[in-house]
Amino acid sequence: MEWMAWTWPTALFFVTIALMLAGMTAWQVVSPSVERRGLLPMPTTRGDRLFIGLLGSAYIHLGWLALADATLWWALALSLVWMAAVMRYG
Amino acid sequence: MDKPWNNRAWFLVIPVFVLVAFSAIIPLMTVVNYSVQDIFGPGQAFWVGTEWFEKVLHDERLHDALVRQILFSLAVLAIEIPLGILVALSMPADKGWRTSLVLVLLALPLLIPWNVVGTIWQIFGRADIGLGGAAIRALGIDYNYTGNPRDAWLTVLVMDVWHWTSLVALLCYAGLRAIPPAYYQAAKIDGASRWAVFRHIELPKMRGVLIIAVLLRFMDSFMIYTEPFVLTGGGPGNATTFLSQYLTRMAVGQFDLGVAAAFSLIYFLIVLLFSYVFYTFITTVGTGDRS
Repeated sequence: MEWMAWTWPTALFFVTIALMLAGMTAWQVVSPSVERRGLLPMPTTRGDRLFIGLLGSAYIHLGWLALADATLWWALALSLVWMAAVMRYG
Repeated sequence: MDKPWNNRAWFLVIPVFVLVAFSAIIPLMTVVNYSVQDIFGPGQAFWVGTEWFEKVLHDERLHDALVRQILFSLAVLAIEIPLGILVALSMPADKGWRTSLVLVLLALPLLIPWNVVGTIWQIFGRADIGLGGAAIRALGIDYNYTGNPRDAWLTVLVMDVWHWTSLVALLCYAGLRAIPPAYYQAAKIDGASRWAVFRHIELPKMRGVLIIAVLLRFMDSFMIYTEPFVLTGGGPGNATTFLSQYLTRMAVGQFDLGVAAAFSLIYFLIVLLFSYVFYTFITTVGTGDRS
């Protein structure tokens, strides 16, 4: 595994993504998602909203790195708000 | 009563999952790991955090390559999709020898390897020995794709159209042939015009194949490397240096693996966003779901 050049932060990142997917799978089994229409311009399932939330979070981080000088933790906080908003109202 | 589905069928997905894991997921994880480190060799990596991302995001040449890439992909879609539909609509609908001949002719450019396509057009476009270049010069046009950025762009674009319009045409043709004759009969009874038949029968029925065509052509043109590399080498200057060529120069030419990894991830996110937007737009437009 040495060739993969693992670091603790990146390992934590992937573990979080894996836990998210496992959690979503369990949630789907317990209570299947129903496609619905929220603030987003198209009907979405829970998985769609997670994808949009994650993709948006990636762009929030990139935008922060490109435009702001403050610590990246602010981008993380913003991403969490974005993710919660998309999952609830998207 | 039997269960309506059998969960053991999920085991059949395992081979594909393993294949994707080895060919995509593990390499992608490695790229993420590389993007936050300075890589000198196996076991020689130093944590740099988001430094490479900041460097890439503030790189003017990368911005220029990105703009060029977006313009190129949009031009490819704007030309190849309508042209492919037009070719498909013009193709014979029967099962005779003419159909077979047209299908074979259309498939020919798709069978040629990318580097060979680049070489063909490199020779074809030359004003001294190439048929295309000499013909354009004979018309009195000062054409030189190695020295003039506009000519280089035009040549790369025409080469891509020549190479890939067939794919769009073949996909659309398959979509058109799948339309039951009853639809055309109903349109004829209603006295529908040719345009109305296309707009209300053929175009909606081609939605599925058009999604595939647009996504394939977008992703492929957004990742174009070999043809412009062979044809123009990214020049003149940086006029036809697209993202993947810039990335390869960084990763292989300069061996800046960390920076190249950060760049790759941003590249990946751009392709992902565009593809998702295209896919969502095409699958929802006209279905009554779009606001």
